[in-house]
Amino acid sequence: MIEIKDLHKSYRMGSNSLHVLKGINFTAESGELVAIMGSSGSGKSTLLNILGMLDEADSGDYTLDGVPIKNLNETKAAKYRNKFLGFIFQSFNLINYKSALENVALPLYYQRIPRKERQERAMKYLGQVGLKEWAHHLPSELSGGQKQRVAIARAMAAEPKVLLADEPTGALDSTTSYEVMDLIQKINDQGNTILVVTHEDDIAHMCKRIIHLKDGVIEKDEKVTQVRASQYV
Amino acid sequence: MFDIERWQEIFDTIRKNKLRTFLTGLSVASGIFILVILLGFGQGMQNGIAKEFENDASNRIAVWTQVTTKAYKGLNPGRSIQMRNGNLNHIETRFSDQLEDRSGMFRVRNALVNYKKESVGYSVQGIHGGYQFIENQFISQGRYINYEDHRNVSKVAVISNTIKKEIFKDGTDPLGEYLDISGLKFKIVGVYGDMAGEREEERIFIPMSTAQRVFNGADRVNNLYFTLKPVENFEQAVAESMKFSKDMKSYLQEAHTVSPDDESAINVFNTLEEVKRFFNLITGIKMFFWFVGICTIIAGVVGVSNIMLIVVKERTREIGVRKALGAKPWSIVGMILHEAIFVTAISGFAGLIVSMGLLEIFGPYIEVDYILNPTVNFNVALTTVFVLIFAGAVAGFFPAWRAANIQVIDALRDE
Repeated sequence: MIEIKDLHKSYRMGSNSLHVLKGINFTAESGELVAIMGSSGSGKSTLLNILGMLDEADSGDYTLDGVPIKNLNETKAAKYRNKFLGFIFQSFNLINYKSALENVALPLYYQRIPRKERQERAMKYLGQVGLKEWAHHLPSELSGGQKQRVAIARAMAAEPKVLLADEPTGALDSTTSYEVMDLIQKINDQGNTILVVTHEDDIAHMCKRIIHLKDGVIEKDEKVTQVRASQYV
Repeated sequence: MFDIERWQEIFDTIRKNKLRTFLTGLSVASGIFILVILLGFGQGMQNGIAKEFENDASNRIAVWTQVTTKAYKGLNPGRSIQMRNGNLNHIETRFSDQLEDRSGMFRVRNALVNYKKESVGYSVQGIHGGYQFIENQFISQGRYINYEDHRNVSKVAVISNTIKKEIFKDGTDPLGEYLDISGLKFKIVGVYGDMAGEREEERIFIPMSTAQRVFNGADRVNNLYFTLKPVENFEQAVAESMKFSKDMKSYLQEAHTVSPDDESAINVFNTLEEVKRFFNLITGIKMFFWFVGICTIIAGVVGVSNIMLIVVKERTREIGVRKALGAKPWSIVGMILHEAIFVTAISGFAGLIVSMGLLEIFGPYIEVDYILNPTVNFNVALTTVFVLIFAGAVAGFFPAWRAANIQVIDALRDE
């Protein structure tokens, strides 16, 4: 599903340049649930940005579902993002003047899906995250956990190939974190490929594989026994 | 543009920010309001001035004489110049292919006018039949002085509506009645009216030949009046009319041995020249009004632009999210531009409607000197609409451009 070969990225900071990614190689199969761990400055956010086509690597290959991702202009990147990727953010990033349903339907709007179908599909995914009754509430009327579930529903709505979660539990307390992870695990059980960036050990161990990043290189790439989040809920 | 979704997006944003949108709209609305009111008054001035000239045929040329002020060919200054029938005949023949109407005028001095023992205090003037058209007079009853009257030296007279009202209070039909002018009976054959109203209706007209013969005029003529045949366009009309004035003046100066530099001996008043001067003035004023109005609109547009920049700034994160979800740069540009155009157009229309309504309701009551019924015509309204839409697009473009260039990573970075 995801293939990365010898990925390099550096940022220019005035006169000196900062080498953030120093040759990353990894492959993720379809249906995997991968945690990317690392301290701050290890390059995990940069890696996620490149995976999310929000940033471009200086060198190296990136193939997503057999499609080489390179030489992207903004329009093309937007198209690919919409088709291939679903984003889950630490701070949810819901649009505050839109109801939960409208938020979930937004990626479908950019797929030019007719309004009625959009509403139906958005409702279906809201149902999957257990927020059907909250469909017409504004984000400000939802709790943190509910907001993140709406965000997950939004990421799912476009039926992407890969879900990218950037610290999805970073802004939540541990009980809510486990609820969200439980949801992510269930989505993964349905066969979706998910990448989770986190710095919390317990969250990482709820995935099936952990990639440890340090100073721009992969330090350790290990398969782990998945801890089910449902037991804490 | 016909995307329901996008309309909903815009209405959502506007609903969230009622005050901000209202204030922005107000600046555009007042811009348009001022522009339309100014243009309305420009038109009002044009109407007012057109009205001033409505009194006479607009291509009327009048000639009168005074004393010479310059010595010429051995003649002393201070000579009074007197035009004769011969002068009129010469001009008639020489410029016959240009002239439309012509008339001489002989003022009967100290004429005593009576009707059935009642004294009537109006002046009496001898004229030719063409005078009616030169003065833009209309016939209310009977007929005007005609060539036959002139040839037969008939003792006939034409009175005005005002005079009729005064001396035929009892409702007697004036036609066929006799006026006593300095002891001679003149039969009333017609009643005229003048567009300019009462102040131009204080004269009694009799045939030129009769006036000259009966009142010791010999072949003397006080004034000459002409109108020229209409030509294709205004510029050409002015040019021909000026040339005619000049040629005629030279002829009269030569015929009466007047220095060509003597400005006061022979006077020619060319209405068209005056009209042209006024219209140039109005055009200047109108341009100025447009300029002021456009400047006001620019101020409004800058306001909208500013607000939209703030909107973009405020919505940076939202735009970032949209881009992350797959919004293409052009759809972001479209969204911001659409909102800007919508706000400008709606508020502009409000300003347009209010100002046009105001002109429509109160315009007809405005009638001071040189300003009459200020209105804006449909074309001007249409132009302002286009100006508006253009203004909205300009106002929205820069903010939209900035929005489209927002980097998702920067927008979504947690502060």
